[in-house]
Amino acid sequence: MALAVGCRARPGKSRDNKTGSWRVFKPAFDNEKCSKCGMCQTLCPEGCVHENTDGFFEPDYTYCKGCGICAEECPKEAITMKQEEK
Amino acid sequence: MAEPKKTCELFDCGHRACGGCGAALAARLVTQAAGTNTIVVNSTGCMEVFSTPYPETAWKVPWIHSLFENAAAVASGIDAALKKQGRNEKIVIMAGDGATFDIGMICISGAFERGHDFTYICYDNEAYMNTGIQRSGATPYDASTTTSPAGKCSFGNKRPKKDMPAILAAHGAPYVATASVAYPADLKQKVEKAINTPGPCYVQVHAPCCTGWGFEGEQTIAIAKLALETGLWVNFEMVDGKVSKVRKVVRKPVEEYLKTQKRFRHLFKPSRQDAEIAAIQAIADRNAEKYGIDIKLKKE
Repeated sequence: MALAVGCRARPGKSRDNKTGSWRVFKPAFDNEKCSKCGMCQTLCPEGCVHENTDGFFEPDYTYCKGCGICAEECPKEAITMKQEEK
Repeated sequence: MAEPKKTCELFDCGHRACGGCGAALAARLVTQAAGTNTIVVNSTGCMEVFSTPYPETAWKVPWIHSLFENAAAVASGIDAALKKQGRNEKIVIMAGDGATFDIGMICISGAFERGHDFTYICYDNEAYMNTGIQRSGATPYDASTTTSPAGKCSFGNKRPKKDMPAILAAHGAPYVATASVAYPADLKQKVEKAINTPGPCYVQVHAPCCTGWGFEGEQTIAIAKLALETGLWVNFEMVDGKVSKVRKVVRKPVEEYLKTQKRFRHLFKPSRQDAEIAAIQAIADRNAEKYGIDIKLKKE
């Protein structure tokens, strides 16, 4: 692989690396219990949780590593971790 | 179902940190607080490795990496160049505790003494995690690492954590603060304040490492909170060398924090080491007295 001058890379090119394949447990978001506080979005180390147009939150499963911080810290316990079948 | 909004993160998805990484969360929060008009200088360390395996990068702001020891010197050069060109970008250094407490000390001391305008963020995960959990100057007393292993002859790291904020405050830094990933709003506020303060500022961020400390990834925030609640980590602000703001807590015994992590397991198994736990409690008590973190409950 040829190196670019200064070993530079396009900003945010890490999105090529689909870290969702690392996941063992998958977070399931229950909008019935959700209070839209946004704690899951704030505390996600991947930054893969996004607010949708209804104001609820959804993880991007392409990148979610399934660490479970969102489920652990959700004040309404609206997120549950379920083992993923692949 | 409505389509989720596209990301506007400056530290993007796809980096290779472990699931539940405290440092990755710190990087996200710091870049959110710093904004787009920022140049990030990254020393060697876990963050540099997991965020930028060539040809990928998770950063969406100008980012430069040189060596382990010279992040502060690189930032000094950038500061001088920007001043000469009349530009106003803010410089943020992201460095681990190894690069800050041990290897980078000379360059940091020089840059703080010369009074360059930058913000130095140390994400403190309390050992050299990238190379396989070797002890650093930030490793707490009695933590087991690969270079301070606990066993028949040792209870792990024999030295307490170095007081880096005090060292940099003594350099005359106008703003020195400690923060934790467990309190993201407080962290972002401190980073913003540091960036908007002229001169060299320092923010030390407590960032639990699930791999190095030995706990499940989902516990990162809970453990960072426990560190504050037991008094083993103190969130404070120092303006011109004087402590101006401290997060007060109703303290819990240190045991509750120690029990959650494998690096302290030898204090409980095969037999409970009361003397060592008492020594760690004494560290927490000293912190509490020094910073006055105890909330005095009214007697009914």
